[in-house]
Amino acid sequence: MPALVPPPLPSDDKRWKIVNGTMRKNGFARHALIETLHTVQSAFGYLDDDAIRFVALSLHVPLSQAYGVATFYHHFSLKPPGKHTMTVCTGTACYIKGTDKLVASAEKRLGIPQGQTTKDGNISLMTARCVGACGRAPVVLTDGELCGQMTEQQMLEQLERWAVE
Amino acid sequence: MTIEELDQIAESTRAGYAKYDQQINVCMGTGCLSQHSDKLRDALTEEVKKQGKNAFVRRTGCMGLCAAGPLVLVDPDEVLYQHCNAGHAEVLTSSLGAEPVAELQCNLREHFDQQVHVVLENSGHIDPEKIDDYIARDGYKALVNALTEMTPNEVIQQITASGLRGRGGGGYPTGLKWGTVAKAGGDLKYIICNGDEGDPGAFMDRSVLESDPQRVVEGMAIAAYAVGASKGYVYVRAEYPLAVARLTNCLRDARRRGLLGNNICNTPFNFDVEIRLGAGAFVCGEETALIASIEGKRGQPKPRPPYPAVSGLWGKPTLINNVETFANIAPIIRKGGAWFAGMGSERSKGTKVFALTGKIRNTGLVEVPMGIKLRDIIEGIGGGVPDGRTFKAVQTGGPSGGCLPAELLDIGVSYDALVKVGAMMGSGGMIVMDDTSCMVNVARFFIEFCMTESCGKCIPCRAGTAQMFNILSRICAGRGSMADLDLLVDLCTTVKETSLCGLGMTAPNPVLSTLKYFKNEYLDHIVHKRCAAGVCNIQAPDPSDSPSPASPFEVLA
Repeated sequence: MPALVPPPLPSDDKRWKIVNGTMRKNGFARHALIETLHTVQSAFGYLDDDAIRFVALSLHVPLSQAYGVATFYHHFSLKPPGKHTMTVCTGTACYIKGTDKLVASAEKRLGIPQGQTTKDGNISLMTARCVGACGRAPVVLTDGELCGQMTEQQMLEQLERWAVE
Repeated sequence: MTIEELDQIAESTRAGYAKYDQQINVCMGTGCLSQHSDKLRDALTEEVKKQGKNAFVRRTGCMGLCAAGPLVLVDPDEVLYQHCNAGHAEVLTSSLGAEPVAELQCNLREHFDQQVHVVLENSGHIDPEKIDDYIARDGYKALVNALTEMTPNEVIQQITASGLRGRGGGGYPTGLKWGTVAKAGGDLKYIICNGDEGDPGAFMDRSVLESDPQRVVEGMAIAAYAVGASKGYVYVRAEYPLAVARLTNCLRDARRRGLLGNNICNTPFNFDVEIRLGAGAFVCGEETALIASIEGKRGQPKPRPPYPAVSGLWGKPTLINNVETFANIAPIIRKGGAWFAGMGSERSKGTKVFALTGKIRNTGLVEVPMGIKLRDIIEGIGGGVPDGRTFKAVQTGGPSGGCLPAELLDIGVSYDALVKVGAMMGSGGMIVMDDTSCMVNVARFFIEFCMTESCGKCIPCRAGTAQMFNILSRICAGRGSMADLDLLVDLCTTVKETSLCGLGMTAPNPVLSTLKYFKNEYLDHIVHKRCAAGVCNIQAPDPSDSPSPASPFEVLA
């Protein structure tokens, strides 16, 4: 059997070395697929075609399986995120306390539906299925930072601050 | 590590703290951290130094009352302060050894007095990132004792005698499960801790992992010894970064102390634990889907049997238990199965942690003995519905559970009682709704959740939830007909009976329970075209718009 040659790094971007590190730590085993995609997502912010191909080739996983996994799990995004991200929690406790209104008002302010990024690439509007901070409902994450007992006013002010940056 | 060495660590840690007059515990769980309790802790440390007080400032995990955060608990006087911030550091520090600061004090005796803490016994009292703090409160005693004094069979006997049932929601007897894995052949077995807490509105597992991670690891190690496994995985949601960080830290410390690794306590027992991150799929809480996810695949369930106890991770016998189940193990081994069986109701033993949220005064985490009345939890511990509104329903068990009306508040909380009335224990989310919630809309919310989270493998769940969502959307928009209700019930039964895994089998529960207890709200929407709670946006009826039968081609949002 010919020796399996690992594929070359897609570019000389240093972040690929971090990705390679995760795979090496797991002995390039196939089951490291999700772990590796996590590393790609946290290093690059999203998974693009090159990344999925590179990881699939390195771990000897069929492309179909790698793409299947990348699209199955909500945590993985195939699109680059905006400069800022507003994530509104839509778990039950937050929903009971009216986050559907928060989402609607953010959609109206930004002119995009949830899950999208503004045309200028500045702000992404996302929703999350419960971040587990239900005691502080309603909750939004502004650039990953958890803010509890959020009012519509506060959220719009934050969006305004980002918009004028 | 021997029991003497363990005692020595405990003794010296306790002696170290005994030097201080006061210990100031600052809650640094996710809830309080989001209100900058880290800055509060720094300010307190600074202030204690400045005022020359002989006090110790400690970071701790969750104290339970998330809505009143950030919380500060001063020991040994047990004074609890609420809504603190860094600006309060000075008054708090100068009050040490004198009268407590009255305007910050939290006097919720009825909130705490009815609770019994087993799983949460250390939460809010120890630093979750210090293994010695855990050892000082009898941590790892159970593991060392089990390894040196008990046979694996004796361990399983204690767990069976305790009557502990799976805390993830299914309620399968833990001792029975352990026995099956122990009997399974092969020398390679796995332990998996299910921390994929996907139920929206539930955060017990996050809190336990953040506040007392060593307890979970100890439980896993005892389980591994009992069933003969040597490798464990903790599957945690990626949405819980703090829990992951604290768990990573905890595993490193346990290895350093020789409580994980090879030849633990100079016995032939080897065990180590790895963390696997979830990637945001509710279905991965189902055990076979979770196993697929650890194997690096899409989280799709498999038909059972074979059960994971026989053929699980990589085809090997695998024991899967929930975080809270593992958190119960150490106290059971320490105090005996009979002690645990002495708490709770006839068929549901021990205590259960609930995440009490929604329209309720004291939101947060509570731990109560099984069998306690729902009313005692909601009106007593929870403090009732705020803002002068009236209670309408309590939702237990997440998207798989049901909504219970005020008439059922006097039932005792147990696995069987909840199933009997059409809800379920679930992992322990308890969401209270007042008269501003529309139950049809709530049912639609849950079905939408199940629809988007369905993995798509089996048709009843994939297509059934989508059709149910269409019908409920129609009713919410005021375009439903009476025939829709029959169709809805019919669909619910089909999806319930024919789905492959728990997600599909329980997805109709929120619809069935709201139909059972709040049918008048459905009728209101269909016949009178109105939503009493004012949630649904019902347009004036269009005379040309005759109610249509459910079309399979209706486009989904």
